Amino acid sequence: MNVVSLSIFDLFVAAFFVFVVAGLTLSLHLNLGRQILVAAMRTTVQLLSVGFLLKILFEHVHPLWLLLMALVMLLAAAREVMQRQQRRFRGVWGFSAGALSMLVSSFSLTLIALVVIIRNDPWYRPQYAIPLLGMMLGNTMNGIALGLDRLTSGAWQQRSIIENRLMLGQPWNEAIADIRRESMRNGMIPIINAMAIAGLVSLPGMMTGQILAGSPPLEAVKYQILIMFLISSGTGLGVMTAVSVGARRLFDNRDRLCLDRLQAAARG
Amino acid sequence: MDARRTKSYRFIDLFPAIAAKEKHRLMVRDFYFHHSGPIDLDIESNERVGLSGPSGAGKSLFLRALADLDPHTGELLWNGRSAQSMPGWMWRRHIGLLPSEHSWWYDRVGDHFHSMDEPALKSFGFETDVMEWPVSRLSSGEKQRLAIYRLLCNEPAALLLDEPTANLDAENSRRIEDILARYQLCRQTPLLLVSHDLRQIEKFATRHIEISDGRFVESPMKREEQG
Repeated sequence: MNVVSLSIFDLFVAAFFVFVVAGLTLSLHLNLGRQILVAAMRTTVQLLSVGFLLKILFEHVHPLWLLLMALVMLLAAAREVMQRQQRRFRGVWGFSAGALSMLVSSFSLTLIALVVIIRNDPWYRPQYAIPLLGMMLGNTMNGIALGLDRLTSGAWQQRSIIENRLMLGQPWNEAIADIRRESMRNGMIPIINAMAIAGLVSLPGMMTGQILAGSPPLEAVKYQILIMFLISSGTGLGVMTAVSVGARRLFDNRDRLCLDRLQAAARG
Repeated sequence: MDARRTKSYRFIDLFPAIAAKEKHRLMVRDFYFHHSGPIDLDIESNERVGLSGPSGAGKSLFLRALADLDPHTGELLWNGRSAQSMPGWMWRRHIGLLPSEHSWWYDRVGDHFHSMDEPALKSFGFETDVMEWPVSRLSSGEKQRLAIYRLLCNEPAALLLDEPTANLDAENSRRIEDILARYQLCRQTPLLLVSHDLRQIEKFATRHIEISDGRFVESPMKREEQG
Protein backbone atom coordinates (compact mmCIF):
# COMPACT_ATOMS: atom_id res chain seq x y z
CA MET A 1 0.00 0.00 0.00
CA ASN A 2 1.23 3.45 -0.89
CA VAL A 3 0.59 5.41 2.29
CA VAL A 4 2.24 8.81 2.55
CA SER A 5 3.92 8.62 5.92
CA LEU A 6 3.52 11.73 8.04
CA SER A 7 6.47 13.28 9.78
CA ILE A 8 6.42 15.05 13.14
CA PHE A 9 6.88 18.30 11.23
CA ASP A 10 3.68 17.65 9.24
CA LEU A 11 1.72 17.38 12.47
CA PHE A 12 3.27 20.60 13.79
CA VAL A 13 2.04 22.43 10.72
CA ALA A 14 -1.51 21.25 11.49
CA ALA A 15 -1.04 22.09 15.16
CA PHE A 16 -0.10 25.63 14.16
CA PHE A 17 -3.65 26.22 12.94
CA VAL A 18 -5.06 24.99 16.23
CA PHE A 19 -2.90 27.60 17.98
CA VAL A 20 -4.20 30.25 15.62
CA VAL A 21 -7.82 29.35 16.44
CA ALA A 22 -7.04 29.25 20.16
CA GLY A 23 -5.50 32.71 19.88
CA LEU A 24 -8.50 34.03 17.96
CA THR A 25 -10.97 32.77 20.56
CA LEU A 26 -8.90 34.46 23.20
CA SER A 27 -9.18 37.82 21.49
CA LEU A 28 -12.92 37.32 21.03
CA HIS A 29 -13.39 36.50 24.74
CA LEU A 30 -14.94 33.13 23.97
CA ASN A 31 -13.17 31.61 26.95
CA LEU A 32 -12.31 28.57 24.88
CA GLY A 33 -8.57 29.03 24.44
CA ARG A 34 -7.58 26.79 27.30
CA GLN A 35 -10.17 24.19 26.44
CA ILE A 36 -8.99 23.96 22.84
CA LEU A 37 -5.38 23.49 23.87
CA VAL A 38 -6.23 20.91 26.52
CA ALA A 39 -8.43 19.02 24.07
CA ALA A 40 -5.70 19.09 21.44
CA MET A 41 -3.20 17.78 23.97
CA ARG A 42 -5.58 15.04 25.00
CA THR A 43 -6.11 14.02 21.39
CA THR A 44 -2.36 13.78 20.87
CA VAL A 45 -1.60 11.86 24.05
CA GLN A 46 -4.61 9.54 23.89
CA LEU A 47 -4.20 8.66 20.24
CA LEU A 48 -0.45 8.12 20.58
CA SER A 49 -1.03 5.79 23.51
CA VAL A 50 -3.66 3.88 21.60
CA GLY A 51 -1.28 3.69 18.67
CA PHE A 52 1.41 2.11 20.82
CA LEU A 53 -1.14 -0.15 22.47
CA LEU A 54 -2.45 -1.33 19.12
CA LYS A 55 1.12 -1.92 17.94
CA ILE A 56 1.73 -4.19 20.92
CA LEU A 57 -1.67 -5.83 20.55
CA PHE A 58 -1.07 -6.58 16.87
CA GLU A 59 2.21 -8.26 17.76
CA HIS A 60 0.67 -10.42 20.49
CA VAL A 61 -2.51 -11.81 19.01
CA HIS A 62 -4.36 -13.45 21.87
CA PRO A 63 -8.07 -13.34 22.78
CA LEU A 64 -7.26 -12.46 26.37
CA TRP A 65 -5.45 -9.24 25.46
CA LEU A 66 -8.26 -8.35 23.13
CA LEU A 67 -10.82 -8.94 25.84
CA LEU A 68 -8.88 -6.76 28.25
CA MET A 69 -8.71 -3.93 25.74
CA ALA A 70 -12.41 -4.29 24.93
CA LEU A 71 -13.26 -4.13 28.62
CA VAL A 72 -11.28 -0.93 29.11
CA MET A 73 -13.07 0.60 26.13
CA LEU A 74 -16.44 -0.42 27.50
CA LEU A 75 -15.75 1.05 30.93
CA ALA A 76 -14.54 4.30 29.41
CA ALA A 77 -17.67 4.52 27.26
CA ALA A 78 -19.96 3.78 30.21
CA ARG A 79 -18.25 6.48 32.23
CA GLU A 80 -18.69 8.92 29.38
CA VAL A 81 -22.41 8.11 29.13
CA MET A 82 -22.76 8.87 32.82
CA GLN A 83 -20.81 12.12 32.56
CA ARG A 84 -23.07 13.43 29.86
CA GLN A 85 -26.24 13.15 31.94
CA GLN A 86 -27.54 16.33 33.45
CA ARG A 87 -29.43 14.17 35.94
CA ARG A 88 -28.04 10.73 36.35
CA PHE A 89 -29.08 7.71 38.34
CA ARG A 90 -27.55 7.47 41.77
CA GLY A 91 -25.20 4.68 42.71
CA VAL A 92 -24.25 1.77 40.48
CA TRP A 93 -27.23 2.36 38.21
CA GLY A 94 -25.75 5.54 36.79
CA PHE A 95 -22.88 3.53 35.44
CA SER A 96 -24.32 0.11 34.81
CA ALA A 97 -27.44 1.10 32.86
CA GLY A 98 -25.18 2.39 30.08
CA ALA A 99 -22.55 -0.33 30.46
CA LEU A 100 -25.03 -3.19 30.28
CA SER A 101 -26.85 -1.74 27.30
CA MET A 102 -23.59 -1.31 25.42
CA LEU A 103 -22.55 -4.80 26.38
CA VAL A 104 -25.67 -6.36 24.91
CA SER A 105 -25.71 -4.21 21.80
CA SER A 106 -22.18 -3.26 20.74
CA PHE A 107 -20.38 -6.35 21.96
CA SER A 108 -22.80 -8.91 20.63
CA LEU A 109 -23.11 -7.24 17.23
CA THR A 110 -19.35 -6.81 16.89
CA LEU A 111 -18.88 -10.46 17.75
CA ILE A 112 -21.45 -11.54 15.18
CA ALA A 113 -19.83 -9.30 12.57
CA LEU A 114 -16.41 -10.76 13.25
CA VAL A 115 -17.47 -14.39 13.29
CA VAL A 116 -20.25 -14.47 10.70
CA ILE A 117 -19.49 -11.64 8.28
CA ILE A 118 -15.79 -10.89 8.22
CA ARG A 119 -14.72 -14.46 9.11
CA ASN A 120 -11.09 -13.75 9.79
CA ASP A 121 -8.80 -16.52 10.95
CA PRO A 122 -8.55 -16.22 13.89
CA TRP A 123 -11.74 -14.17 14.39
CA TYR A 124 -10.15 -12.16 17.18
CA ARG A 125 -7.52 -10.54 15.00
CA PRO A 126 -7.22 -7.16 16.76
CA GLN A 127 -6.66 -5.32 13.48
CA TYR A 128 -10.36 -5.88 12.74
CA ALA A 129 -11.85 -6.39 16.17
CA ILE A 130 -10.60 -3.25 17.90
CA PRO A 131 -11.51 -0.60 15.30
CA LEU A 132 -14.86 -2.27 14.72
CA LEU A 133 -15.69 -2.36 18.39
CA GLY A 134 -14.45 1.20 18.78
CA MET A 135 -16.79 2.51 16.13
CA MET A 136 -19.69 0.51 17.54
CA LEU A 137 -19.06 1.71 21.06
CA GLY A 138 -18.54 5.32 20.07
CA ASN A 139 -21.85 5.55 18.24
CA THR A 140 -23.85 3.47 20.68
CA MET A 141 -22.45 5.58 23.48
CA ASN A 142 -23.67 8.76 21.80
CA GLY A 143 -27.14 7.35 21.28
CA ILE A 144 -27.46 6.00 24.79
CA ALA A 145 -26.21 9.23 26.32
CA LEU A 146 -28.74 11.25 24.32
CA GLY A 147 -31.57 8.87 25.09
CA LEU A 148 -30.91 8.61 28.81
CA ASP A 149 -30.36 12.33 29.16
CA ARG A 150 -33.71 13.01 27.54
CA LEU A 151 -35.38 10.40 29.73
CA THR A 152 -34.08 11.65 33.04
CA SER A 153 -34.47 15.35 32.31
CA GLY A 154 -37.92 14.70 30.85
CA ALA A 155 -39.04 12.85 33.95
CA TRP A 156 -37.60 15.63 36.11
CA GLN A 157 -39.38 18.39 34.24
CA GLN A 158 -42.65 16.56 33.75
CA ARG A 159 -42.95 15.28 37.25
CA SER A 160 -46.41 16.71 37.81
CA ILE A 161 -47.67 15.23 34.55
CA ILE A 162 -46.33 11.77 35.34
CA GLU A 163 -47.73 11.88 38.85
CA ASN A 164 -51.09 13.15 37.66
CA ARG A 165 -51.22 10.19 35.28
CA LEU A 166 -50.35 7.86 38.13
CA MET A 167 -53.11 9.41 40.24
CA LEU A 168 -55.55 8.57 37.48
CA GLY A 169 -54.58 4.94 37.87
CA GLN A 170 -52.17 4.55 34.98
CA PRO A 171 -49.45 1.93 35.47
CA TRP A 172 -45.89 3.23 35.43
CA ASN A 173 -45.19 2.18 31.85
CA GLU A 174 -48.23 4.09 30.61
CA ALA A 175 -47.43 7.18 32.67
CA ILE A 176 -43.90 7.37 31.24
CA ALA A 177 -44.79 6.12 27.73
CA ASP A 178 -44.56 9.46 25.93
CA ILE A 179 -41.28 10.46 27.53
CA ARG A 180 -39.82 7.03 26.89
CA ARG A 181 -40.82 7.15 23.24
CA GLU A 182 -39.34 10.62 22.82
CA SER A 183 -36.12 9.52 24.52
CA MET A 184 -35.70 6.51 22.26
CA ARG A 185 -36.32 8.65 19.21
CA ASN A 186 -33.86 11.22 20.49
CA GLY A 187 -31.17 8.59 20.89
CA MET A 188 -31.70 6.99 17.50
CA ILE A 189 -32.31 9.94 15.21
CA PRO A 190 -28.66 11.06 14.85
CA ILE A 191 -27.54 7.71 13.53
CA ILE A 192 -30.56 7.43 11.22
CA ASN A 193 -29.72 10.87 9.86
CA ALA A 194 -26.09 9.86 9.44
CA MET A 195 -27.18 6.86 7.36
CA ALA A 196 -29.49 9.03 5.31
CA ILE A 197 -26.87 11.60 4.34
CA ALA A 198 -23.80 9.32 4.24
CA GLY A 199 -21.66 10.23 1.25
CA LEU A 200 -23.76 13.23 0.24
CA VAL A 201 -22.30 15.85 2.50
CA SER A 202 -19.18 14.24 3.81
CA LEU A 203 -17.41 10.94 3.38
CA PRO A 204 -17.62 8.81 6.51
CA GLY A 205 -14.37 8.79 8.47
CA MET A 206 -13.57 5.13 8.18
CA MET A 207 -14.02 5.04 4.43
CA THR A 208 -11.96 8.20 4.08
CA GLY A 209 -9.20 6.55 6.05
CA GLN A 210 -9.22 3.45 3.93
CA ILE A 211 -9.13 5.45 0.72
CA LEU A 212 -6.30 7.61 2.05
CA ALA A 213 -4.50 4.38 2.89
CA GLY A 214 -4.83 3.25 -0.70
CA SER A 215 -7.79 0.87 -0.69
CA PRO A 216 -9.89 0.70 -3.84
CA PRO A 217 -12.91 2.99 -3.29
CA LEU A 218 -15.48 0.25 -3.80
CA GLU A 219 -13.88 -1.98 -1.21
CA ALA A 220 -13.87 0.94 1.21
CA VAL A 221 -17.51 1.65 0.41
CA LYS A 222 -18.55 -1.94 1.10
CA TYR A 223 -16.89 -1.80 4.47
CA GLN A 224 -18.50 1.53 5.20
CA ILE A 225 -21.94 0.15 4.39
CA LEU A 226 -21.29 -2.79 6.66
CA ILE A 227 -20.20 -0.45 9.44
CA MET A 228 -23.20 1.83 8.96
CA PHE A 229 -25.59 -1.09 9.28
CA LEU A 230 -23.78 -2.42 12.31
CA ILE A 231 -23.58 0.85 14.18
CA SER A 232 -27.16 1.83 13.44
CA SER A 233 -28.52 -1.50 14.63
CA GLY A 234 -26.15 -1.47 17.59
CA THR A 235 -27.22 2.05 18.51
CA GLY A 236 -30.87 1.15 18.10
CA LEU A 237 -30.61 -1.89 20.34
CA GLY A 238 -28.49 -0.07 22.88
CA VAL A 239 -30.77 2.95 23.07
CA MET A 240 -33.91 0.85 23.41
CA THR A 241 -32.32 -1.26 26.11
CA ALA A 242 -30.87 1.64 28.08
CA VAL A 243 -34.01 3.78 27.93
CA SER A 244 -36.25 0.83 28.88
CA VAL A 245 -34.06 -0.09 31.82
CA GLY A 246 -33.82 3.57 32.86
CA ALA A 247 -37.57 4.13 32.62
CA ARG A 248 -38.26 1.13 34.83
CA ARG A 249 -35.71 2.36 37.32
CA LEU A 250 -37.59 5.66 37.68
CA PHE A 251 -40.42 3.82 39.44
CA ASP A 252 -40.54 1.54 42.45
CA ASN A 253 -42.65 -1.58 42.75
CA ARG A 254 -45.66 0.44 43.95
CA ASP A 255 -45.54 2.37 40.67
CA ARG A 256 -44.36 5.53 42.41
CA LEU A 257 -42.16 8.00 40.58
CA CYS A 258 -38.80 7.99 42.42
CA LEU A 259 -36.96 11.11 41.34
CA ASP A 260 -34.74 10.75 44.40
CA ARG A 261 -33.01 8.02 42.41
CA LEU A 262 -31.58 10.79 40.25
CA GLN A 263 -28.91 13.26 41.18
CA ALA A 264 -27.92 16.47 39.49
CA ALA A 265 -24.48 16.43 37.93
CA ALA A 266 -22.09 19.29 38.43
CA ARG A 267 -21.99 20.99 35.06
CA GLY A 268 -18.60 21.17 33.47
CA MET B 1 -51.66 12.72 18.32
CA ASP B 2 -54.10 13.08 15.44
CA ALA B 3 -54.51 9.35 15.20
CA ARG B 4 -56.44 9.49 18.45
CA ARG B 5 -59.11 11.65 16.91
CA THR B 6 -61.03 8.59 15.80
CA LYS B 7 -60.83 6.84 19.13
CA SER B 8 -64.01 5.72 20.76
CA TYR B 9 -64.89 6.22 24.38
CA ARG B 10 -66.45 3.79 26.75
CA PHE B 11 -69.72 5.33 27.84
CA ILE B 12 -70.58 5.16 31.49
CA ASP B 13 -73.19 6.52 33.85
CA LEU B 14 -71.62 8.65 36.53
CA PHE B 15 -74.81 8.85 38.56
CA PRO B 16 -76.61 5.51 38.39
CA ALA B 17 -80.30 5.84 39.22
CA ILE B 18 -80.24 2.93 41.60
CA ALA B 19 -77.89 3.80 44.38
CA ALA B 20 -75.14 1.28 45.04
CA LYS B 21 -76.11 -1.18 47.76
CA GLU B 22 -72.55 -2.04 48.49
CA LYS B 23 -71.06 -0.02 51.32
CA HIS B 24 -67.46 1.04 51.09
CA ARG B 25 -65.06 1.82 53.83
CA LEU B 26 -61.62 3.33 53.78
CA MET B 27 -59.62 2.40 56.86
CA VAL B 28 -56.36 3.96 57.97
CA ARG B 29 -54.62 2.31 60.90
CA ASP B 30 -51.45 3.25 62.72
CA PHE B 31 -50.49 5.25 59.67
CA TYR B 32 -47.22 7.17 59.42
CA PHE B 33 -46.17 9.32 56.48
CA HIS B 34 -43.34 11.83 56.14
CA HIS B 35 -43.06 13.14 59.69
CA SER B 36 -46.64 12.69 60.73
CA GLY B 37 -48.45 9.93 62.51
CA PRO B 38 -49.73 7.75 63.95
CA ILE B 39 -53.09 8.36 62.32
CA ASP B 40 -56.21 6.24 62.67
CA LEU B 41 -59.14 7.18 60.52
CA ASP B 42 -62.21 5.40 59.16
CA ILE B 43 -64.26 6.91 56.40
CA GLU B 44 -67.57 5.21 55.75
CA SER B 45 -69.47 5.24 52.50
CA ASN B 46 -71.94 7.87 53.71
CA GLU B 47 -69.29 10.22 55.03
CA ARG B 48 -67.77 13.34 53.62
CA VAL B 49 -64.81 14.26 55.76
CA GLY B 50 -63.43 17.76 55.59
CA LEU B 51 -59.75 18.15 56.41
CA SER B 52 -58.35 21.53 57.34
CA GLY B 53 -55.22 22.90 58.88
CA PRO B 54 -52.54 25.52 58.36
CA SER B 55 -50.64 25.35 55.08
CA GLY B 56 -47.62 23.12 55.39
CA ALA B 57 -49.44 20.90 57.89
CA GLY B 58 -49.25 18.01 55.46
CA LYS B 59 -52.81 17.84 54.14
CA SER B 60 -51.77 17.28 50.53
CA LEU B 61 -49.01 14.90 51.58
CA PHE B 62 -51.56 12.89 53.54
CA LEU B 63 -53.72 12.52 50.43
CA ARG B 64 -50.68 11.48 48.40
CA ALA B 65 -49.77 8.86 50.97
CA LEU B 66 -53.36 7.57 51.00
CA ALA B 67 -53.12 7.16 47.24
CA ASP B 68 -49.90 5.21 47.84
CA LEU B 69 -47.90 7.77 45.88
CA ASP B 70 -45.59 8.47 48.81
CA PRO B 71 -43.98 6.01 51.20
CA HIS B 72 -45.90 5.28 54.38
CA THR B 73 -46.16 2.66 57.07
CA GLY B 74 -49.15 1.23 58.84
CA GLU B 75 -52.31 -0.17 57.35
CA LEU B 76 -54.30 1.18 54.48
CA LEU B 77 -57.45 -0.84 53.84
CA TRP B 78 -60.19 -0.64 51.28
CA ASN B 79 -63.18 -2.78 52.31
CA GLY B 80 -60.76 -4.92 54.22
CA ARG B 81 -58.32 -5.29 51.33
CA SER B 82 -54.94 -3.75 51.93
CA ALA B 83 -53.25 -1.48 49.42
CA GLN B 84 -50.30 -3.84 49.34
CA SER B 85 -52.49 -6.68 48.12
CA MET B 86 -52.95 -5.04 44.74
CA PRO B 87 -50.66 -3.20 42.29
CA GLY B 88 -50.22 0.50 42.98
CA TRP B 89 -52.11 1.57 39.88
CA MET B 90 -55.11 -0.55 40.80
CA TRP B 91 -55.24 0.98 44.26
CA ARG B 92 -55.15 4.43 42.69
CA ARG B 93 -58.00 3.53 40.37
CA HIS B 94 -60.14 2.67 43.40
CA ILE B 95 -58.97 5.61 45.46
CA GLY B 96 -59.33 8.60 43.16
CA LEU B 97 -57.05 11.48 44.08
CA LEU B 98 -57.68 14.94 42.71
CA PRO B 99 -54.47 16.98 43.10
CA SER B 100 -54.61 20.70 43.66
CA GLU B 101 -52.78 21.28 40.38
CA HIS B 102 -53.85 19.48 37.27
CA SER B 103 -51.76 18.44 34.32
CA TRP B 104 -52.86 18.04 30.74
CA TRP B 105 -50.35 16.26 28.55
CA TYR B 106 -52.02 15.89 25.17
CA ASP B 107 -53.00 18.76 22.89
CA ARG B 108 -56.63 17.81 22.67
CA VAL B 109 -58.95 17.60 25.66
CA GLY B 110 -60.61 14.37 24.56
CA ASP B 111 -57.32 12.49 24.35
CA HIS B 112 -57.18 12.50 28.12
CA PHE B 113 -60.32 10.39 28.36
CA HIS B 114 -60.92 6.70 27.94
CA SER B 115 -64.47 6.71 29.14
CA MET B 116 -67.08 9.37 29.68
CA ASP B 117 -70.62 10.20 30.49
CA GLU B 118 -71.71 12.68 27.82
CA PRO B 119 -74.96 13.83 29.44
CA ALA B 120 -73.10 14.52 32.68
CA LEU B 121 -70.80 16.97 30.88
CA LYS B 122 -73.68 19.47 30.85
CA SER B 123 -73.86 19.50 34.61
CA PHE B 124 -70.17 20.46 34.63
CA GLY B 125 -71.06 23.37 32.36
CA PHE B 126 -69.71 22.01 29.06
CA GLU B 127 -71.09 20.94 25.72
CA THR B 128 -69.78 17.68 24.26
CA ASP B 129 -67.66 19.55 21.71
CA VAL B 130 -65.26 20.46 24.53
CA MET B 131 -63.61 17.10 23.81
CA GLU B 132 -62.42 18.50 20.48
CA TRP B 133 -60.96 21.64 22.05
CA PRO B 134 -57.24 22.17 22.36
CA VAL B 135 -56.19 22.23 25.99
CA SER B 136 -54.59 25.64 25.44
CA ARG B 137 -58.07 27.12 24.99
CA LEU B 138 -59.20 26.20 28.50
CA SER B 139 -59.26 28.73 31.32
CA SER B 140 -57.95 27.65 34.70
CA GLY B 141 -61.48 27.25 36.01
CA GLU B 142 -62.44 25.14 33.01
CA LYS B 143 -59.36 23.02 33.52
CA GLN B 144 -60.32 22.49 37.12
CA ARG B 145 -63.86 21.41 36.28
CA LEU B 146 -62.64 19.11 33.53
CA ALA B 147 -60.03 17.60 35.83
CA ILE B 148 -62.82 16.68 38.25
CA TYR B 149 -64.84 15.25 35.37
CA ARG B 150 -61.76 13.31 34.23
CA LEU B 151 -61.31 11.82 37.68
CA LEU B 152 -64.96 10.85 38.04
CA CYS B 153 -64.92 9.19 34.60
CA ASN B 154 -62.43 6.74 36.12
CA GLU B 155 -65.29 5.71 38.42
CA PRO B 156 -63.26 5.79 41.62
CA ALA B 157 -64.80 4.11 44.65
CA ALA B 158 -63.40 6.69 47.04
CA LEU B 159 -62.58 10.35 46.52
CA LEU B 160 -59.62 12.28 47.89
CA LEU B 161 -60.05 15.89 46.83
CA ASP B 162 -57.42 18.56 47.28
CA GLU B 163 -59.04 21.98 47.09
CA PRO B 164 -61.47 20.96 44.32
CA THR B 165 -63.04 24.40 43.98
CA ALA B 166 -59.99 26.61 44.51
CA ASN B 167 -60.03 28.16 41.02
CA LEU B 168 -63.80 28.41 40.70
CA ASP B 169 -66.27 31.27 41.07
CA ALA B 170 -69.17 30.95 43.50
CA GLU B 171 -71.60 29.56 40.95
CA ASN B 172 -69.22 26.92 39.63
CA SER B 173 -68.13 26.01 43.15
CA ARG B 174 -71.74 25.24 44.01
CA ARG B 175 -72.12 23.32 40.78
CA ILE B 176 -69.08 21.16 41.55
CA GLU B 177 -70.10 20.62 45.16
CA ASP B 178 -73.50 19.39 43.95
CA ILE B 179 -71.88 17.03 41.47
CA LEU B 180 -69.47 15.62 44.03
CA ALA B 181 -72.24 15.14 46.58
CA ARG B 182 -74.39 13.43 43.97
CA TYR B 183 -71.58 11.13 42.90
CA GLN B 184 -70.86 10.28 46.50
CA LEU B 185 -74.52 9.49 47.22
CA CYS B 186 -75.09 7.45 44.05
CA ARG B 187 -71.97 5.41 44.46
CA GLN B 188 -71.58 5.34 48.22
CA THR B 189 -68.01 6.55 48.06
CA PRO B 190 -66.10 7.62 51.15
CA LEU B 191 -64.96 11.17 50.51
CA LEU B 192 -62.12 13.20 51.96
CA LEU B 193 -61.98 16.88 51.14
CA VAL B 194 -59.05 19.17 51.84
CA SER B 195 -60.09 22.79 51.97
CA HIS B 196 -58.89 26.08 53.32
CA ASP B 197 -62.44 27.29 53.28
CA LEU B 198 -64.02 26.38 56.62
CA ARG B 199 -67.41 27.50 55.37
CA GLN B 200 -67.16 24.96 52.57
CA ILE B 201 -66.36 22.24 55.08
CA GLU B 202 -69.29 23.33 57.28
CA LYS B 203 -71.60 23.27 54.29
CA PHE B 204 -70.34 20.24 52.40
CA ALA B 205 -68.75 17.84 54.84
CA THR B 206 -70.38 15.58 57.40
CA ARG B 207 -67.29 15.40 59.59
CA HIS B 208 -64.48 17.82 60.17
CA ILE B 209 -60.92 16.94 61.07
CA GLU B 210 -58.33 19.55 61.85
CA ILE B 211 -54.61 19.02 61.68
CA SER B 212 -52.67 20.85 64.34
CA ASP B 213 -49.08 20.11 65.26
CA GLY B 214 -49.15 16.96 63.16
CA ARG B 215 -52.14 15.54 65.05
CA PHE B 216 -55.52 14.80 63.52
CA VAL B 217 -58.20 16.19 65.80
CA GLU B 218 -61.90 15.55 65.27
CA SER B 219 -63.64 18.89 65.34
CA PRO B 220 -67.40 19.14 66.02
CA MET B 221 -69.63 20.24 63.17
CA LYS B 222 -71.81 23.22 63.91
CA ARG B 223 -74.61 21.62 61.97
CA GLU B 224 -74.97 17.88 62.48
CA GLU B 225 -76.89 16.67 59.44
CA GLN B 226 -77.71 18.34 56.19
CA GLY B 227 -79.61 17.84 52.97
